[in-house]
Amino acid sequence: MEQLAGALVTVVIGVLGCAAYFFGSNFLLDAAFPSRGRDPLTAARNMRRANAIRPWLFLGPALLVLGIYLVYPVFESLRLSLHDRSGRNFVGLSNYVWMANNPGFRESMFNNMLWLLFVPALSTFLGLVIAALTDRIWWGNIAKSLIFMPMAISFVGASVIWKFIYDYRAAGSEQIGILNAIVVYFGGEPQAWITIPFWNNFFLMIILVWIQTGFAMVILSAALRGIPDETIEAAVIDGANGFQIFFKIMIPQIWGTIAVVWTTITILVLKVFDIVLAMTNGQWNTQVLANLMFDWMFRGGGDFGRGAAIAMVIMVLVIPIMVWNIRRASAEMEGR
Amino acid sequence: MGGAGSAKSPLTWAVHLSVLLLVVLWTLPTAGLFISSFRDKDQLAISGWWTALAGSTQNLQARTGTSDDQVERDGVFILEGNVFGEGSGTVSAFGTSGLNPTEYEPGAEAELREGGVLTVAEDGAYAITSQSELDLPRGARIFFTTTIPPRFTLDNYREVLASEGIGRSFINSLTVTIPATIIPILIAAFAAYALAWMKFPGRALLIAVIVGLLVVPLQMSLIPLLRMYNGIGAFFGVPAKTYLGIWLAHTGFGLPLAVYLLRNYIAGLPREIMESARVDGASDFEIFMKIVLPLSFPALASFAIFQFLWTWNDLLVAMVFLGAQDSELVLTGRLVNLLGSRGGNWEILTASAFITILVPLAVFFTLQRYLVRGLLAGSVKGG
Repeated sequence: MEQLAGALVTVVIGVLGCAAYFFGSNFLLDAAFPSRGRDPLTAARNMRRANAIRPWLFLGPALLVLGIYLVYPVFESLRLSLHDRSGRNFVGLSNYVWMANNPGFRESMFNNMLWLLFVPALSTFLGLVIAALTDRIWWGNIAKSLIFMPMAISFVGASVIWKFIYDYRAAGSEQIGILNAIVVYFGGEPQAWITIPFWNNFFLMIILVWIQTGFAMVILSAALRGIPDETIEAAVIDGANGFQIFFKIMIPQIWGTIAVVWTTITILVLKVFDIVLAMTNGQWNTQVLANLMFDWMFRGGGDFGRGAAIAMVIMVLVIPIMVWNIRRASAEMEGR
Repeated sequence: MGGAGSAKSPLTWAVHLSVLLLVVLWTLPTAGLFISSFRDKDQLAISGWWTALAGSTQNLQARTGTSDDQVERDGVFILEGNVFGEGSGTVSAFGTSGLNPTEYEPGAEAELREGGVLTVAEDGAYAITSQSELDLPRGARIFFTTTIPPRFTLDNYREVLASEGIGRSFINSLTVTIPATIIPILIAAFAAYALAWMKFPGRALLIAVIVGLLVVPLQMSLIPLLRMYNGIGAFFGVPAKTYLGIWLAHTGFGLPLAVYLLRNYIAGLPREIMESARVDGASDFEIFMKIVLPLSFPALASFAIFQFLWTWNDLLVAMVFLGAQDSELVLTGRLVNLLGSRGGNWEILTASAFITILVPLAVFFTLQRYLVRGLLAGSVKGG
């Protein structure tokens, strides 16, 4: 409780500090370049100067924090990936060479590719289907809300939820995991699902699909509603049936949104960590890059060189999407 | 779209049914956790949560009275009692040996090895009858199967809050999330205003950089920041892992989205309002405080919800920048630890997990409108 009070005090101090900074720096700026009550020429010059500086006062704290927490680390990670475990001695590309030959890394890379292939595709597909279906029924909003709900649940919480579903008891005893209970009900043998190599990857992926489908659904549903009615009416007049309208008229109009959803989930998948840590911690061939990196970061006191090299791989995989995003945003701004 | 309306064609029914199926599929996992967390831990361990209302069968054993309790009636020695003692219940089967505890139906007669015939009635009343005097100095054992009625309890919650450290972690999580949600909003709002309404060289470039930073993986920052924190800690002789450190880290990681969302929103505010205020002699600072901030409330709320959910649900940042000691674990970290140490104790795991997801779920259901709006603004920015 004391600690919580401390946090609240910090919030108050932080808020006041921020306000003081913005207010104070603006006040100083106006004092240094007064524009009121001066002759027009000086006033205009001072105003111009003040207006050239003011944006940077507003941007200052944000740029500082972004610089320290995101920009600098990118370059520092690059540098560290070329150094040894302590970060002091330059070792060239040897961390990358080690990586290429390391079975753990190859396994992670393979699994990450599986995740990249299935999770965005499945989430987007399910999201689209659910969006299209729920738009047609009167209780669609309730259904959407319930399907969207897992979005609020932490990956760790979701892992506990699904671990309970996959729970395994030896054959013959009563199964308390619903998946095995169903399998046994239909006469199958209960399985320890998350320990079956290769397939266990999919049991972990389902967790993320469960979480992300709601996200895809919400965005695609809005996109579907944004489709101009005229295009659909025209198709109806031309005698198109429901499926034709959906696949030939509606889908092509929301391709852009589908791509956005797809890439957003792709980014998330590249960083997937909590689920693997909580479910298997990389055992039974389920390792992924983010978890491998975390592992190396702390293993035996921490190997920062190898950890940074693995992080660089994640970064490189993200770059194409980053470039695409920037282009899209720039195009949008020009259209404004 | 909604032309299907009242015409209940087979297709409409198919839509209703498939949506229902999907909703059930999506809610069932959480429902299972929720129901299980309220079940009695003995029942939880032996039966699925979908049987929670049906009651569960349990194999129990009881010991009869000793030979001192026997009475003689008409030359027959009888020893009577009830397997449930003072309680009550229903016996569905009984046996005299642990190897075959369900050998006999209620009411059947079982030969005892020690001599005598045992019967157990459905209501648990037992009787051992014998022609000769019974010699049972320690009584006889009866194995029986009974259906116990479903029991729901708050014990699991009491236990995890008190002895598993969940209560402590709950406070830690709040300590992390509240400042980590508020600080970035303050910083981002000013920057967003500058990027939206002020003219200065390099503005377009800055916006592009922020869009780029939106997707920079967190993993890139972990090692450099950990080194930096350790360095600062060693240099000033202070702990490297502090709440201040994690607040700033969350601020940094949340800032690109905050600036991006708020800039898009603020840039969409009507130009006339700003211009008329400027004509009236308001400075940028006044315009920001008196006009932009109040008008941006929906966007601020959207981001606050995102950031709150993200920091509350975060595991990675907390694991790296906050200590792993018991007193410093946040809820997600505690849950991971419990998964390791109490992997089979589902009564503890389900209750703990439910406490960790309770707050985000409450936020989600009360503020869903803002969350959806924020998602749409963040991803499908249509000019």
